[in-house]
Amino acid sequence: MTRRRRVRASTLLFYLWVIAYVVVSIFPLYWAINTSLKTHTEIIAWPPTWFPHNLTWENYRATFTEHAFGRNIVNSLIVAGGTTVLALLLGSLAAYALARLRFPGKLAVMGLILMTSMFPSIAIVSPLFILLRKLQWLNTFQGLIVPYTSFALPLTIWILTSFFHEIPYELEEAALVDGATPFQALRLVILPLAAPGLVTAGLLVFIAAWNEFLFALNFTLDNSTRTVPVAIALFSRQFEVPWGELNAASVVVTLPLVLLVLIFQRRIIAGLTAGAVKG
Amino acid sequence: MHALQRIREYGLSQRQLAVVLLVPALFTILAIAIYPLTQTFWLSLQDYNLKFVAQRRFVGLGNYLKLLGDEHFREALKHTLFFTVVSVGMEFVIGLAVALTIHRPFWGRGLVRAAVLVPWAIPTVISARMWEWMWNDQFGVINDVLLRLHLISESQAWLGKPATAMWAIIVTDVWKTTPFMALLLLAGLQVIPEDLYESAMIDGAGAWQRFWHVTLPLLRPAILVAIIFRTLDAFRVFDVVYVLTGGASNTETLVVLNQRVLFSFLEFGYGSAISTAIFIIIFFFSAMYMRILGLELEVK
Repeated sequence: MTRRRRVRASTLLFYLWVIAYVVVSIFPLYWAINTSLKTHTEIIAWPPTWFPHNLTWENYRATFTEHAFGRNIVNSLIVAGGTTVLALLLGSLAAYALARLRFPGKLAVMGLILMTSMFPSIAIVSPLFILLRKLQWLNTFQGLIVPYTSFALPLTIWILTSFFHEIPYELEEAALVDGATPFQALRLVILPLAAPGLVTAGLLVFIAAWNEFLFALNFTLDNSTRTVPVAIALFSRQFEVPWGELNAASVVVTLPLVLLVLIFQRRIIAGLTAGAVKG
Repeated sequence: MHALQRIREYGLSQRQLAVVLLVPALFTILAIAIYPLTQTFWLSLQDYNLKFVAQRRFVGLGNYLKLLGDEHFREALKHTLFFTVVSVGMEFVIGLAVALTIHRPFWGRGLVRAAVLVPWAIPTVISARMWEWMWNDQFGVINDVLLRLHLISESQAWLGKPATAMWAIIVTDVWKTTPFMALLLLAGLQVIPEDLYESAMIDGAGAWQRFWHVTLPLLRPAILVAIIFRTLDAFRVFDVVYVLTGGASNTETLVVLNQRVLFSFLEFGYGSAISTAIFIIIFFFSAMYMRILGLELEVK
């Protein structure tokens, strides 16, 4: 009996910890949703209400009309999408060479790539700013896409190389024997088989580009190119913080991302931990 | 061999093909990461303000000498080290607990694993603003909860006071990055062979002994990787500090200071010297990291 009771007590304790952790994990998101659906008067009421008493969509309307937040979402989609496409394109070519071909200096190339992955972006922000200004690329999409790609390439190449390694060489050989050129073999045999790797790498690159702040803050000058994080960070620098609209904007961009992450949970976990476990 | 013949017929040797395939990626990395890095160093040797371009001049190591005597830099270094040590320490303890929790099956595990990922999925800037609102001195829910629990007697301006601002930043960062730590540790747990636990159990080891003598030693490499990854990341913290305090209330970290010198004062010479210093510190960390991991592999 006592043993059983002890087991029950530890189970209870275990679930208490689990519930506490889950509540803390999702509470800020809940609070943002809660605030975004309140009227201005309710937002500045004390004590704060734990759910909206007068539910309103007004904050969402204002976010897209008065703050033109839709523009920022489009900008972020262009920048993150462009970065993903470019990084996967350049990354898959390089990864194919590293996984499949024999050539001198391979180790040096991999070392260089690994080294760049540890680069702090602050270390090059000043010359990059001067370079982009010279090219008249400040406040343009390519002014963000190209630097982002450079920072995304190490991870992309890393993930794709390990995926390419696992594709049986015989399949590719058969295609080559049947008269395919190496590029056709890459496009028709390897890439479809490496699709899970492409999805994993693509997701991580997209998320990193979507979240990036330091470059985006300094290389964009106005709302025509400002990405979501910059818009959200600068939301308040007027007289007072429009908390309702700010939370509405946060919810709009967070919910799809949370959904995406939950759908691709396994892939993302695998991709994030691949380098660490093998390393 | 057929394949190699085909490649040859196509007119390229393996070596040439490798060059063709690698050049686009390597060129991008060289042009947008390696070359600018040399430029940062070159800029750091100059007195160069973007507002007064005509007065640009070479000063040698002058900026670095200035750096050594700069109180702001010393303060920022102190704040950064404090932030890094405390936040990575807290993330490790909580992250390990989370990893151990979701490693074993239990009723509702899928749901918990999904919830754990939520903070990771939210962009740092956005999570920082959500927390900024929760830390709010007048309308914030954190004051509300703590008042209800009688842990404080009156509302606090958490982000406005030097005594609490850095702690508020640390809590916010720990919330956001613990999932990543937990995932790295979970990956390490999953490669520990199950039969080790079974034989430990047969030998009569209790849960605590199994954790201490089986889990922890075998998890060592994963723990090292996780802590080093997070340390490198925490050391260059920017987003969360920029949003929550902008560096006020004794919270200015190195990258926040660097950003201010570069883009508020437009001091590109001195700012580049700070960038170089940050790079050197991180490079030193990374080299140590490679060494430690290398030693680990040798031991294995």
